[in-house]
Amino acid sequence: MKITGAQALMKCLKEQNVNCIFGFPGGAVIDIYDELLKDQDITHVLVRHEQAAIHAADAYARVNGDVGVALVTSGPGATNTVTGIASAYLDSIPLVVFTGQVPTGLIGNDAFQEVDIVGITRPCTKHNYLVKDVKDLVPTIREAFHIARTGRPGPVLIDLPKDVAVGKINFPEMKPVKMRTYRPTYEPHPGQIEKACKAIIKAKKPVLYVGGGVIASKSSEELTELAHNLNIPVTMTLMGLGGFPGTDPLSMGMLGMHGTYFANMAVADCDMLIAVGARFDDRVTGKLSDFAPHAKIIHIDIDPSSISKNVQVDIPIVADCKYALAAMNNWFKTTSSIDMAKESATHEPWLNQIKDWKAKHPLGYVEETDIIKPQFVVQKLHELTNGDAIISTEVGQNQMWAAQFYHFNKPNNFLTSGGLGVMGYGLPAAIGAQMAAPDRTVIDVAGDGSIQMNIQELATAQQYHCPVKVAILNNNYLGMVRQWQELFYNKQYSATVLDVEPDFVKLAEAYGAVGLRATKPDEVEPVIKEALATDNTVIMDFVIKREEGVYPMVPAGKATTEMLLV
Amino acid sequence: MRRHTLSVLLQNKPGVLSRVTGLFSGRGFNIESLSVAPTIEKEVSCLTLVTTGDEAIVEQITKQLHKLIDVIKVTDMSEHEYVEREMALIRVKAESSTRAEVLRTIDIFRGKVVDVCPKSYSIEVTGSVSKVQAIIDILRPIGIQEIVRTGAVAMTRGHK
Repeated sequence: MKITGAQALMKCLKEQNVNCIFGFPGGAVIDIYDELLKDQDITHVLVRHEQAAIHAADAYARVNGDVGVALVTSGPGATNTVTGIASAYLDSIPLVVFTGQVPTGLIGNDAFQEVDIVGITRPCTKHNYLVKDVKDLVPTIREAFHIARTGRPGPVLIDLPKDVAVGKINFPEMKPVKMRTYRPTYEPHPGQIEKACKAIIKAKKPVLYVGGGVIASKSSEELTELAHNLNIPVTMTLMGLGGFPGTDPLSMGMLGMHGTYFANMAVADCDMLIAVGARFDDRVTGKLSDFAPHAKIIHIDIDPSSISKNVQVDIPIVADCKYALAAMNNWFKTTSSIDMAKESATHEPWLNQIKDWKAKHPLGYVEETDIIKPQFVVQKLHELTNGDAIISTEVGQNQMWAAQFYHFNKPNNFLTSGGLGVMGYGLPAAIGAQMAAPDRTVIDVAGDGSIQMNIQELATAQQYHCPVKVAILNNNYLGMVRQWQELFYNKQYSATVLDVEPDFVKLAEAYGAVGLRATKPDEVEPVIKEALATDNTVIMDFVIKREEGVYPMVPAGKATTEMLLV
Repeated sequence: MRRHTLSVLLQNKPGVLSRVTGLFSGRGFNIESLSVAPTIEKEVSCLTLVTTGDEAIVEQITKQLHKLIDVIKVTDMSEHEYVEREMALIRVKAESSTRAEVLRTIDIFRGKVVDVCPKSYSIEVTGSVSKVQAIIDILRPIGIQEIVRTGAVAMTRGHK
């Protein structure tokens, strides 16, 4: 029996175990929405702006551990997704985004709500498709999911002309996707593993530098085993936080521009840097020539183009982190040199050196009794949720304080737009996370500036009963840019003062959510407790010290040892 | 900095060329010439691309090309023995005083006259990129009116 393209799409989603999608309708996808309404198995979350659909799907993918899906209409619906897609691309998050398109006969005619979204998103998707014939629809969708979730994950976009959704086909049988040109390497080369392990044994001052690849490949256990067996201290990128337990004695927290003093010192001094699923981003390396200058570098990454892109690598290992780390653990376990490895691997002088650095400049801030410090709010959030909440962030100071002071112990408890740095990510991401994990506590750590970039999503949270908590660290500034202006632009606060702002408590109430405010340090705990006890969306408005900065800070372009400290 | 000729096998699908050129412009890589046409397999196109860069840049170009889903194979010809050819069509001034000299030059370079007008010849010349450049340099003082070049195509030597 023949079915329509829209019906085939629903069947494909089920084949891929999709049961929740995020989207916003329009003329070009009205046939798909008609089918969606009839379908009982797939929940559709109606966002209030298409960008939010992508961020929500992104967070859903992270928490659920599989592909996130979004559906939007043509033209503006499609262009509104671009920021979200670019963010997912830079953070390697698997998404399949369906955009509507004008009927095939009208393509290229500047038709109403027509835009070449395949052209627009070519540089910010892992791959994309324009389906011109309904016969190609099902194979394309299957291929898209395959590409999104395998290898280095990423967003894939499928552009669906309106006539493709109504065209009729026989639904083809599911076969494993086989592609001539796309075969990611999962297994590491055994020779490279051996080389790496032998080099690690020789190292006196090794450091594990861990990125989002560990989280994407679900290899936290393997990583923890390696670090513990060989006593190697671990530092994480923003995207890697939670890949190794933040409260573990071997954890040095985050490195880079706002990393800890001891992590940056350790990287600068180490003789062996083991990069696992990380990509030597400029926010991590600072001045390239001074990054880990004494270290032999091992780099494990599934994407060959990440290797030796910014920093020349001594021992490259192209593989899935999980396979490579398991192979290394196995090598240390089975090789006769294990005793030797263990002996040399106490790394006592090295760990003591790091301890000294930590004692000299621990991560901290100046506590004050009459005004709320943002770091204090994050610490309290950590304490009152037992470090077990899912934290999403906006971008800027709020994001860095959350990264520094909420010591993430598990992967995917920290959701942030790391590579692109999208203000407005946090609230839709919190909603996506809550849809994936209805029983978890989800908190968006926000700034008063960035929360306004997607604040309309409070309505979505209400409609789908997402009891997400928004903690606004409110300083009436675009705080991170202001901090740069304070430090490097002679305190000329150009366009960073938010003189006019809504009353966030009343705003929450206007949406049917709960609004709470704290203006004194002793109000912080009661407000958080009340928010956590409330079965509704809550905005907590924390009025914080206005000119508080994020420290340590490495000025852009400087070596990571040249930190400005508290 | 060295000149590299890359041979890239692609799926012959709409938009593939723009994926390649977009990659170069987006990442600031340089394209000196580019030529693309179908191969013996009709689903596969071969794109020959000449670029310059140091080893690290060319390594990155190769890896980024590989990363495109529609790219089948990337060969850096500079790592092999290979034959490289380019064709040029050149319209050169040929008045009575210079006609003989133009014809002689064409002959030396084993070119062909493909169109004759009262005051000009259009000629076709094939050869390595440097040979094509050489005839252009020699004809320039006589008066070149127009040049169209194909860009290099290349193939490895020996049997496959």
